[in-house]
Amino acid sequence: MIQMTAEAAEATRTEPVVQMSGVSVSFPGVKALQSVGLTLRPGEVHALMGENGAGKSTLIKALTGVYSIDEGTIIVGGEPRTFHSPAESQAAGISTVYQEVNLCTNLTVAENMLLGREPRSFGRIDTRAMNRRAGETLTRLGLDIDPKSQLGTHPIAIQQLVAIARAVDIDAELLILDEPTSSLDADEVAKLFEVMRTLRAEGVAIVFVSHFLEQVFAISDRMTVLRNGQFVGEYLTAETTQLQLVQAMIGRELETLEKIEQAAEEHTVKTQGAPLMEVIDLGRKGSVESVDLQLFEGEVIGIAGLLGSGRTELARLLFGADTPDHGDMRMRSKGTKLRTPRQAIDHKIAFSSENRRSEGVIADLSIADNMVLAMQASRGWLRPIPARTKDRLVRKYIEALDIRPADPNALMRNLSGGNQQKVLLARWLITEPELLILDEPTRGIDIGAKAQIQQLVADLSKDGMSVVFISAELEEVLRLSDRLVVMRDRRKIDERANEDVTVSDVLEIIAGEVRNDA
Amino acid sequence: MRDLGLRFVRHNLFWPTLALVLLLLLNLTKTPDFFSLRLQDGHLYGSLIDILRNSAPTLLIALGMTLVIATRGIDLSVGAVAAISGAVACTYMAGSPDESTAGRAVIGMTMAVAVAVLLGVWNGFLVSVLGIQPIIATLVLMTAGRGLAMLITDGQITTVNNSLFAKVSTGFVLGLPIAILIALAVFAITAVLTRRTALGMLIEAVGINPEASRLAGVRARTITWTVYVFVAFCAGIAGLMIASNTSAADANAAGLFIELDAILAVVIGGTSLAGGRFSLTGTLIGAMFIQTLATTIPTMGIPAETNYLFKAVVVIVVCLLQSPKARAVLSVRRSSPLLTKGSAA
Ligand SMILES: Nc1ncnc2c1ncn2[C@@H]1O[C@H](COP(=O)(O)OP(=O)(O)OP(=O)(O)O)[C@@H](O)[C@H]1O
Ligand SMILES: [Mg+2]
Repeated sequence: MIQMTAEAAEATRTEPVVQMSGVSVSFPGVKALQSVGLTLRPGEVHALMGENGAGKSTLIKALTGVYSIDEGTIIVGGEPRTFHSPAESQAAGISTVYQEVNLCTNLTVAENMLLGREPRSFGRIDTRAMNRRAGETLTRLGLDIDPKSQLGTHPIAIQQLVAIARAVDIDAELLILDEPTSSLDADEVAKLFEVMRTLRAEGVAIVFVSHFLEQVFAISDRMTVLRNGQFVGEYLTAETTQLQLVQAMIGRELETLEKIEQAAEEHTVKTQGAPLMEVIDLGRKGSVESVDLQLFEGEVIGIAGLLGSGRTELARLLFGADTPDHGDMRMRSKGTKLRTPRQAIDHKIAFSSENRRSEGVIADLSIADNMVLAMQASRGWLRPIPARTKDRLVRKYIEALDIRPADPNALMRNLSGGNQQKVLLARWLITEPELLILDEPTRGIDIGAKAQIQQLVADLSKDGMSVVFISAELEEVLRLSDRLVVMRDRRKIDERANEDVTVSDVLEIIAGEVRNDA
Repeated sequence: MRDLGLRFVRHNLFWPTLALVLLLLLNLTKTPDFFSLRLQDGHLYGSLIDILRNSAPTLLIALGMTLVIATRGIDLSVGAVAAISGAVACTYMAGSPDESTAGRAVIGMTMAVAVAVLLGVWNGFLVSVLGIQPIIATLVLMTAGRGLAMLITDGQITTVNNSLFAKVSTGFVLGLPIAILIALAVFAITAVLTRRTALGMLIEAVGINPEASRLAGVRARTITWTVYVFVAFCAGIAGLMIASNTSAADANAAGLFIELDAILAVVIGGTSLAGGRFSLTGTLIGAMFIQTLATTIPTMGIPAETNYLFKAVVVIVVCLLQSPKARAVLSVRRSSPLLTKGSAA
């Protein structure tokens, strides 16, 4: 309890805000939760930990009334309660940001933030007041976005922040954040933590889910660990080590942590011969300004940059998801224009988008169909993949990536976030690309699987595949890439071989430019 | 055992099939020989055959509509396209001295279907290339189409005297009405084309998440375009059947409101208007159901004009069955995880 704030220490003596005990939830064929307990105290940040598919999101949804529980009790504010809808739980003072951010992209940022609670004057919605209030909350989170802008025009990370801002703005006794930081930069995370600390000091109970152990140790006071839908234990953060936590999560004496370190490769410069892909002066108005870049066979290029630096936009240009206004592209020294993703795929390029929900998942199709979609699309509809080949491929990747449930016919919509991400990765690996563009491929993936995916990327590049690797997590970028490209303000500002480059070096490169400009 | 029962009830086609069976049984109470079939001059006759034959145009259009709806679209112009198709065929035949020859009929019908396909190309262009919302894009042809049909027939009801043409709707092959055979053939071809190839899966992917499909390399635009051409093709054939039935093209009345019946058939069959997963068999059952309903009403001694009232009731029931809330209330166990959770996700 050494690190616990005075408020938190005092709070432990007070009544819990929420006490769930013996909660079971099952879906057809899956026992998602079996007799799980969770106690949330005012003025505490409570981390909910577990591997992909452990049941974290389900436990949250069982509390907020998205799912009905089969067994167990939920006590809220000292009284047994059962919420029948998310709206009911919100009315009872529980403010939630779900893992898959679900806002209205065609409304403005302010409208999204105050949806259902719009300030009114004379019965009509007071747009001015609404924008002002939204602006204030955004500033509090250190966000410089126009509340009047349409939400859909912002990248997924900003949308996530807007969802958080909305949740924070609600006067709640309990704030639930399901993987809020999965696509945020260090800066945004720091600001979020600041707000969380303020709320904690005000006595708000906070549930925090994340696969980033450092973040969990930095912010939480207490942790509950789930494994395979079962309660493993509740721990005080200050009295727990990372190793103990990982062991509780995985349930085995596993050298996962070391494994992650091992994924660090010796990076070699592979810039010999003709590049696989070369772009010159490639750009698109409002997204990326003229970038020159060469990608060589078997090379991992890491793109580092802060949110909004243009890293995703560049990836989209390389894949033909957006069309460039100017510049040239060459594939194997041949002039090429990519106007559609389809053309890129024909050139053996693959692109896994950071925006899993709207640009990846086909929710109502099965795991199997989702996995073979890109391959099937490039074969054309007339040549269906033979059932046996399909079955073999799907089973191979379910096993290789440890996707759960391991049922090819399970609907994608019923998978946990991390497992959906793995299926999407498999979709592209199946196409056997020569250039694999990965935008936040480890988003929402647990530490064990993350090490596995990093290893996979390293292996693939050894076999000759070129990889463009984008991640908000700089450590991860540095661990994997042979060459590093740094972006800022929609421009490439630096490029260097990844030799003894550290995270602070990268941050300095980014900041250094700021100083030069000033 | 209980599980098996539940699996059965949860099957997508359970409710539509049950409704159809109940409706057929209801007829049996009024008409004891409802299910009997007679063989006369090598032709099959009976109430069931009538229902099948009369449902053929709706079924045809509903098949195409199923695919359109699966891509999150809708086509309101099918009735107008059917009318144009009939008008083209009849006007071509009537306008020549050798009106009654088989050659005339073949050329006339080919022209009619070609025109229908062209109109489908137009609809598909508006939706997939220009990105106009399907309901608006097809509304253009829905309203303008009848005018076009009027222009073709010169505002007259054009009658033709051609025995081959008349056979499309009234003829028999192998003891069965030709109309039924055509509809079933199109059903079979559509089923094979979508389920034996990857087309069905790609159509569903586009309907569920167009952007994700595009990024996965699916030619979303081509697929969308194709389904509009296909539904127009179906409407063209349906138009020929309708015109053939009376050996006349009536630009005003032919295929009037058939788009609504087709959409209703699709929805009864369990394909959601939100796009995605579709069921051709469901549509087949849906089309049967609508036609049986239309037959049942007069049989029960209720004025035929009230048909629409009953359809409205059907619409309400279907909507209720599809609504998660209503299902939860209907379910035996209030907190049955089967019904409440799947839909809440
Ligand atoms: N609606 C549903 N229908 C069927 N199974 C479901 C449904 N929702 C979740 N599941 C299953 O329940 C289990 C727990 O999922 P949950 O989303 O709670 O995991 P999680 O701990 O949040 O994982 P992640 O870290 O990947 O987000 C998984 O096996 C998942 O496949
Ligand atoms: Mg989750």
